[in-house]
Amino acid sequence: MSLRRLLRNIGFETGLLLIGIPLLLWTLIPIYHMFLFAISPKDAAFSGQLWPTNPTLRNFGTVLSQKHHFLNHFWLQMFNSLVISIGTAAITLFVATAAAFAISRLRMKGGRMVMNLALLTYFIPAAFLAVPMYKTMGMYGLLNNDWALVLAMATIASPYAIWILRQASDKLPVELDEAAMIDGASPFQLFRLIYLPLMVPSLIAVGTYALLLAWNEYLYAFLLLSKNTAITLPVALGNFLSADDSPWELLMTAGFLYALPPAAIYYAFRRYMSSGLTAGAVKG
Amino acid sequence: MTASTIDTMARRGRTRWASFGLSERQAWSVLFVAPYVAIFIGFVVFPVGYSFWLARSPQLYVELAADPIFLRTVVNTFVFLVVAINVKMALALFLSGFFTHRRWWVKVLAVLFVLPWAVPSIPTILSVRFMLNPEWGVINQLIFRLTAEDGPNWLNDPALALTLSMLVHIWKSLPFWTLILLAGRLAIPGELYEAASVDGAGAWHRFRYITWPSMSMLYVTCTLLSMIFTVGDFNSVYLLTGGGPADLTHVLATLGIRYLRLDQVGLAMASIVCALPLILPLVYFMMRRLSR
Repeated sequence: MSLRRLLRNIGFETGLLLIGIPLLLWTLIPIYHMFLFAISPKDAAFSGQLWPTNPTLRNFGTVLSQKHHFLNHFWLQMFNSLVISIGTAAITLFVATAAAFAISRLRMKGGRMVMNLALLTYFIPAAFLAVPMYKTMGMYGLLNNDWALVLAMATIASPYAIWILRQASDKLPVELDEAAMIDGASPFQLFRLIYLPLMVPSLIAVGTYALLLAWNEYLYAFLLLSKNTAITLPVALGNFLSADDSPWELLMTAGFLYALPPAAIYYAFRRYMSSGLTAGAVKG
Repeated sequence: MTASTIDTMARRGRTRWASFGLSERQAWSVLFVAPYVAIFIGFVVFPVGYSFWLARSPQLYVELAADPIFLRTVVNTFVFLVVAINVKMALALFLSGFFTHRRWWVKVLAVLFVLPWAVPSIPTILSVRFMLNPEWGVINQLIFRLTAEDGPNWLNDPALALTLSMLVHIWKSLPFWTLILLAGRLAIPGELYEAASVDGAGAWHRFRYITWPSMSMLYVTCTLLSMIFTVGDFNSVYLLTGGGPADLTHVLATLGIRYLRLDQVGLAMASIVCALPLILPLVYFMMRRLSR
């Protein structure tokens, strides 16, 4: 009896491993392949070895010192990515915090409708909104301007941000507002002195979300920015594709450097991010 | 307004929430919501309306239908949606069950498993593209070493290339949906499973009579949402195949951008309008589900 149970347990654990190991390989192979390219010398990168015979950091040196004509503006493009991400986070936070305050705390008439219309944005597939967005940015005279990408990304980040912030704000007790108003606080003072300080954790989560969204974005960046000194890093990486003699090991090195910050931020804020995301999902 | 009415309003205000009076509170809320509304009108409502206006000429649709790439693209998009999403969601449902098992290594795996979703798509998709290169890609190198024969020219075969794009899409978005479904599974009370085990229910019966009935709503909602998102997935196809070979692997997301790059804005908008019959039913079902 107990032997049978033991065998069954062993069978179960083996079954779990048989799912886990392929899953691990499936997840990591493209990422490991990228890393392998980054630490391989130029001619050894294609040999198909699991670990290079002479691992080297020279590729990182070449990328960081911009010693290849594909990477002349590496630091500038990294900086553009950073500026646009921070700009997107700032605009999203400003717009979404204010909107969530109006909908949740001031119980705006028609607030529910504003929320629903905002969420409707996500029912327009991203690539489909991109075409009209490109034309519109042209009309506003913003093409090739950082603002075009910042505003486009804020447009996409805001509905989710408002939704999350509204949920968090609904949990704050109404009595706080009542007490403050008895003391003669104006709505603006409510916003600044009560609402903002209590919302800090949610604001961090939403800001991080907007930051990552903008940092990772390729399509809108590729459409809205085109000057070599104005583009963000992902667009520069995409431009490698247009030439046949592209230095792949450098592309993978630059790509690795570009992928590091979002991965690090994601893991640092993992608790916030996944609980925020899934809380809404299960309710819906 | 007399002094006495102001006085009574003020006194009433001190005891009630609406101390500024309804209209003043509304005025403030309009002020607070205005920045978002401005963005929404400027960058969603106006562009969408403008695109419908640009796509108004019936001539465009005649032109579009005459483009052989277009028909192929519609078929590709349809295949992509039906195959990739169902495979992905079924896998996500299965894996969400896998991740409920408490083992130290399952926890470690769960942390690594999110990587494809957490890192930006461009370097990883390009990495896959390099792996698939027919001459020096690592996959064909291995095939050559093992069988002494040349491997297939992966991205040069339209059917194979589209399949690989679907795999890339699954690779990228599987973690997200698995996490959502995992949260759904964890919300099911554990007592239900304990009671079922006491009654001698096997794994299949527990899934069939406990897990699935509590998850089916979430599962269908996620599938619908994923379909809407995937119609707009530009990266998985563009970065892997670029729409090639010979423009045979385009989906509607990449075709619209292709027309835009060729300066045929009318056609780009028209191709998007053609996707509406695909999207509107999804949005309709989604709205009905969410408002329930």
